[in-house]
Amino acid sequence: MSRYTSATDADRRAMLAAIGADSIEDLFADVPAGVRLDRALDLPPGKPEQEVYAHLRDLAARNTSAEEEISFLGAGMYDHYVPSLVDSIVSRSEFLTPYTPYQPEISQGGLQVMFEYQTAISELTGLPVSNASVYEGPSALAAAGYLAKLQQSGERTRFLVSRGVHPHSRETLETTSAGWGTSIQELPLAAGVTDAAALQEALDEHVAAVFLQYPNFLGAVEDLEALVPLAKAHGALVIVACDPIPLGILRPPGDFGVDVAVGEGQTLGNRLDYGGPSFGFFAAQEAHLRRMPGRIAGETTDVDGRRGFVLTLQTREQHIRREKATHNICTAQALNALAGVIHLSWLGREGLVELGELLLQRTAYARDALTGIDGVQALHDQPVVREFAVSLDADVDRVIEACAADGVNPGHALHRDYPEYGDGLLVALTEQRSMGDIDRLARTLRGALHTVREGARA
Amino acid sequence: MTNDNRLHADPAVEDDGAERPVRLAETAQQHDRARTIFEKSQSGRRAFVAPALDVPAQDGLLPDRFRRTEPARLPAIAEPEIVRHYTRLSKRNFDLDTGFYPLGSCTMKHNPKLHERVAALPGHARLHPLQHPRRAQGALQLMWELQRALAEIAGLPHVSLQPSAGSHGELAGVLLTRAYHLDQGQHRTKVLTPDTAHGTNPATVRMAGYEVVKVGTNDRGGVDVEDLKAKAGEDVACLMLTNPNTLGLFDEAIEEIAAIVHGVGATLYYDGANLNAVMGIARPGDMGFDIVHYNLHKTFTQPHGGGGPGAGPIAVSDRIEPYLPRPQVVRRESGNGAGPSFELDFERPKSIGRLRGFQGNFGVFVRAYAYILSLGADGLREASETAVLNANYLLARLRETAGEHLPVAYDRTCMHEFVLTGGPMKRALGLRTLDLAKRLLDFGYHPPTIYFPLLVDEALLVEPTETETRETLDAFAEAVGAVLAEAAEDPETARSAPYTTPVRRLDEAGAAKRPVIRQAL
Repeated sequence: MSRYTSATDADRRAMLAAIGADSIEDLFADVPAGVRLDRALDLPPGKPEQEVYAHLRDLAARNTSAEEEISFLGAGMYDHYVPSLVDSIVSRSEFLTPYTPYQPEISQGGLQVMFEYQTAISELTGLPVSNASVYEGPSALAAAGYLAKLQQSGERTRFLVSRGVHPHSRETLETTSAGWGTSIQELPLAAGVTDAAALQEALDEHVAAVFLQYPNFLGAVEDLEALVPLAKAHGALVIVACDPIPLGILRPPGDFGVDVAVGEGQTLGNRLDYGGPSFGFFAAQEAHLRRMPGRIAGETTDVDGRRGFVLTLQTREQHIRREKATHNICTAQALNALAGVIHLSWLGREGLVELGELLLQRTAYARDALTGIDGVQALHDQPVVREFAVSLDADVDRVIEACAADGVNPGHALHRDYPEYGDGLLVALTEQRSMGDIDRLARTLRGALHTVREGARA
Repeated sequence: MTNDNRLHADPAVEDDGAERPVRLAETAQQHDRARTIFEKSQSGRRAFVAPALDVPAQDGLLPDRFRRTEPARLPAIAEPEIVRHYTRLSKRNFDLDTGFYPLGSCTMKHNPKLHERVAALPGHARLHPLQHPRRAQGALQLMWELQRALAEIAGLPHVSLQPSAGSHGELAGVLLTRAYHLDQGQHRTKVLTPDTAHGTNPATVRMAGYEVVKVGTNDRGGVDVEDLKAKAGEDVACLMLTNPNTLGLFDEAIEEIAAIVHGVGATLYYDGANLNAVMGIARPGDMGFDIVHYNLHKTFTQPHGGGGPGAGPIAVSDRIEPYLPRPQVVRRESGNGAGPSFELDFERPKSIGRLRGFQGNFGVFVRAYAYILSLGADGLREASETAVLNANYLLARLRETAGEHLPVAYDRTCMHEFVLTGGPMKRALGLRTLDLAKRLLDFGYHPPTIYFPLLVDEALLVEPTETETRETLDAFAEAVGAVLAEAAEDPETARSAPYTTPVRRLDEAGAAKRPVIRQAL
């Protein structure tokens, strides 16, 4: 079905005549007969717009979204409210449809957005330099690993990775680093946070980098003040993955002297979208600027002295340096980063702090409410900001199913990634989950535990 | 004259009180100085109203040593000013919906509006990635059906949607090659890339831990087969190839190339940046490729967003399948008449593992799937045919309007894009390709890709795409002709262009020498 093209038969005849070809087929004469497809693609015929819409609407209706249940799912992506001005601005075609700003004179809007975004990320993380975004959180952590590999001498081939780092990030680092000649050693958790003694024990002159998460996957605020100096004393780079919303109230990683802070940017103005697209952020100490991955916007002036912005330090990048590039990334997540900086402007200087305080209080309330239930125990007692982990005395998968039947999603089951915690459950809060929702969760969970225990007995 | 100039200015131009030199004929946008949102911040202003604290307040939840002492210096600004700020910034961008964007290798085709609507349905947009598959059946079915459709288009049976962009797909492909060879006890150290390759190819090779070996190009713009034979040894893991290549030419020797590569036990990797030329016409799998990546933000209409998001799914042959990233979306028959269900399969012992979090850029999958449904088999083929027709037509028109100074680099029938060389223009008119590109901005066009591929002197890579009209192509050819005619009289005009854009030529060298990459606060 012809769609989104304008060429009429008359156009085709005139155009072929101008080319000097007899038919469209002639234009493909260089494609050898042996590799031609001698049949139509085995795909359904095209459909009119209204039918495509209806089909996709029906598929979407088969999903249970956060619109339709009271969800406490988090574990890396969170159901924060996306303010309406984000939708309005990011859907403007001037932001939605350009390519990467290779022609700065006609791309000042996008380039200035990158500059503002870099400033905001730099402020949040407490680190002096930020790039203009990478794909998403876990690959951002792997990109930081590549920076460490390029930066450190060939003698330093060991990565120490806390078990509190998101399992997807740990696995992504492992996949990505397969050809680097590096090895990964996991640092265990003790009482819900990275075991400082185990870190001390594992450090030596062969460690290239130490990877931590703040707050960690179990919601616990890691004691960076204690951990970072241990790693630095051995010449290791410290890479910290962090969640930007809690950074409204948490000391920023830059305060502790970390080398690189990365993270998942979804919570800043981006929808859940079943996992993407979102963006990853990447901020670092100035010493690492020339080994950063991806695009960086910089300020300059035009020939008339006007302030303007360009992509800068491009000698790091694949299109200039090719095999000597600091990373292979080309297309990143510019539109998602725009959503991020708009959301941060909307929250504002005071709002981000207020949001953090609200989450802190509601999370504490929810932790108390749940651990007050018979059969629910806290997995750790560390400070938490927006997420906490508990263990249940009944099969967690069945408990989640029983809660779902009641319109509540109690959180993420931990057993796939953390079998050592048995029937562990990770529970996340956002400003969209009220005290009433938390009370409902507690009631539902209590009932579900009862139902599952009774079922197990029967 | 000063007052006249002010009259031309946008009445809404902000008065920041700064002194400015008066410039004649300064456009409104040029007059609108680039103040950042941080500079518009005024303490006490705000947009966000926090929900009331509804739970009993507790003290001491966060020990002081974990507390930030000073708030992050984000802007303090009200909603109307945020909206105005970013709306004004948007007007300092050129975009595809406004005008012709023949940026070679980037496939700047129309982004259908339906796609934004279906991606925003709450069942997609607010679906948590860790929702139990039982309650995400619609999303998993969509992914599974997209995998099937992409597999058919590439002619390879197995697809992973996980990679986030083309370069991420490339990394996946080379890591798959590595896993495949290691599984056979082979340690290969080199990957071949043509000298015409995208920069991402050699960068990827290094990130995957291999040495890059360049293969030359013959006088018809294809792979130099003799050079390939000389370099293809038992230590070579892979040849990464784009076909049609970055010169816009279909490599006629592809079958021989595939035989050489497979003959030494290496894999053949297809960089799908140029897939828009061959949908329904020739399939990479049938050409002998083992691994393909797609750029959903090129061929399959995901809007590029000013630098992303994209998605770079990969398709592979049977022998590579065991190593695909996990999880994989699979369909299971119920066996009890209840119909199939869709699941995430993590039990893949030979998998290279994850390349990112969760299941990939699902929002991009929704758009690509909607596009494939809309076009169907015939529509996809017609899209490729029209892309190739448009490219050859524009080439023919440019031969007329600019052929003397901007001849085609390889005089063959092109596919969906073609490369001109500005060498004669530079010698005869003293105009570089950069100058031509900058002057085209004043004519309201996004210029073609310039200085790529590297082996063509003063290269200009032009990709019109299938969604442009004949009239648009004619007008662009005339504009290029007009720039050249102007330069024959007065090359200085183009050398100092552009004039009408929000800013004029920018000092890029200065920006790199003394990097200022954040707002000073």
